[in-house]
Amino acid sequence: MKYAFYPGCVARGGAPELYESAMAVLDRLNIETVELTRASCTGAGVLQEKNRKLGDILNVRTLAMAEQLGLPIMTICSTCQGVISQANHAVQTRAEYLEEINAELADEGLEYRGTTVVKHLLWVLLEDVGIEKLRDTFVKELSGTNLAPFYGCYIVRPSDALGLGDNPQRRTSLEIVIEATGANVADFPGKTACCGFPILLINQENSLKMVSKHTGDASDAGADAMVTPCPLCHLNLDGYQPRARKNNRGDSADLPIIHLPQLLGLAMGMDHKKLGMQKHVVSTKDLVRQLSSEAAG
Amino acid sequence: MQANLTVRRYDPDASPPRKWDQDYSLDVLDSFTVLDALIQIREEIDGTLTLRCACRASICGSCAMRVNGRARLACKTRIAELAPKGERLLIEPMGNQPVIKDLVVDLDTFFNQIKRVDPYLKPDAIPEEGEFIASGDSMTNLLGVMNCIMCGACVSDCTVLEVDDRFIGPAALAKAYRFAGDPRDDQTAERLTKLNDEHGGIWDCTRCFQCVEVCPKDVAPMDRIMELRDMAIESGNRNTSGYRHTESFVNSVRRHGRVDETRLAVDSLGWTNVPALIKEAPIAINALIKGKLPSPIPHKAEDHKAIQKIVEKAEGKS
Repeated sequence: MKYAFYPGCVARGGAPELYESAMAVLDRLNIETVELTRASCTGAGVLQEKNRKLGDILNVRTLAMAEQLGLPIMTICSTCQGVISQANHAVQTRAEYLEEINAELADEGLEYRGTTVVKHLLWVLLEDVGIEKLRDTFVKELSGTNLAPFYGCYIVRPSDALGLGDNPQRRTSLEIVIEATGANVADFPGKTACCGFPILLINQENSLKMVSKHTGDASDAGADAMVTPCPLCHLNLDGYQPRARKNNRGDSADLPIIHLPQLLGLAMGMDHKKLGMQKHVVSTKDLVRQLSSEAAG
Repeated sequence: MQANLTVRRYDPDASPPRKWDQDYSLDVLDSFTVLDALIQIREEIDGTLTLRCACRASICGSCAMRVNGRARLACKTRIAELAPKGERLLIEPMGNQPVIKDLVVDLDTFFNQIKRVDPYLKPDAIPEEGEFIASGDSMTNLLGVMNCIMCGACVSDCTVLEVDDRFIGPAALAKAYRFAGDPRDDQTAERLTKLNDEHGGIWDCTRCFQCVEVCPKDVAPMDRIMELRDMAIESGNRNTSGYRHTESFVNSVRRHGRVDETRLAVDSLGWTNVPALIKEAPIAINALIKGKLPSPIPHKAEDHKAIQKIVEKAEGKS
């Protein structure tokens, strides 16, 4: 299996442990990657507020680069996944718009024909690796651990651009992977809600209320940690959890927010330092201790 | 086929008021909607079940409720599609609005939001004779938003209203766009400044797509909110961190091809906003200690010059 790899800005910036853990896990899964180092940021929906067409040009440029390589794109960020999917959907459903966008890419000698498939690692695990093959790479049974899923808006909405109709398993993909590790799913209603990150710098009061509500509800549901395929959710739910919990629930931050590849790496028995488990604001020490005390499977 | 429904019920007249889940099972036709089943329950099984409905044809907007955790029109939701093997469906009243009884919510919340945006045309003068004439072309941008049937589904599932009842909400903001974008309105600038400045205005939306996803009429309220932001900026409202955030983001992509997270934070809070910057300092220091503060010299995309050219052309700067 080989993919054009699009790690996204946050994995290369504010959450380096995501990049490190993803590379380690992909290696273990024998997944080959060619990193799209010439690609731009997706715009994250923010750039699109100002100029949607500019966002589409930049993302179609990325799609065209992968098409030239003859490879599907793999992302490790819900927001990147959603925004590239939206651009892909816009040009795949409107031929005249694709032509308009291609005209802007001609200078670079790029032309997109609309054939690139874009998949988050989470979907790759289910659809390309296969859950049985994935389970074969796990050497540790995480049973006795309760993990709350948190998807990130852009990997669950809008459903048409994300192909959720044709691929209904994507709606419960995170629960499927958590269960495959042997852990229990700590279910709670906020798992597909907004983490508050987009308004962190605009209306911090509301953003922190979201952080407090979702981490608090997950803790109340018995979660030992939360797993997310979105590093933007991670930045807010982890980095701002102490302030959010203190302001809104009067308690302290107790819920580690781990990246999807970190979960896989832990189940694969990898060293927690290699997975960057120490690079979290909410300590993962108790979680790591709990996992290492459980018998290797 | 068999339908199995769990209805989240509420009886305000019991003392104390009672909240409970009640299971119903009934034989239904394959063509049945959730509303058909609820009406059959009320008529044949349990006359105390309370719900609001009228047209049964997705026109009146009366029967919005949550089915399996998501707001939908009960009359537009076929049981066979959601529960082909008789899986149990959870039926709840809409969210973010007070429940009066069972599946009926108090619509004052919804209509008070709508009233906040003055949902009517405000022309400076009336025509001397006849009526206002607007060309077809000048109204096409409003066709989607005029499909709103005021069902409240978007308000029910809005993730901002869940934490802040001062937010005007997606339906009212879509309605605000309907009038701000109307060529016959003469108060557009005033509308935009108010929506830009007030607490709960256009900048409080998180862009989570929930309203777009649940709207049964493809009104796409979130897209209208983004249009309103653009219109507000174009008409000179540049005093918000939302505006600075978007500007900084585009500049960062232009300069580096990527996002400069540190600069984005400082730009959004405002370089001269010392109290806000001091408040965020502990978060930055904590991130630094944990080895995850983004480098102040951002990681550039290899081809950032080519990206710069695209951004400058699209933004009209070359």
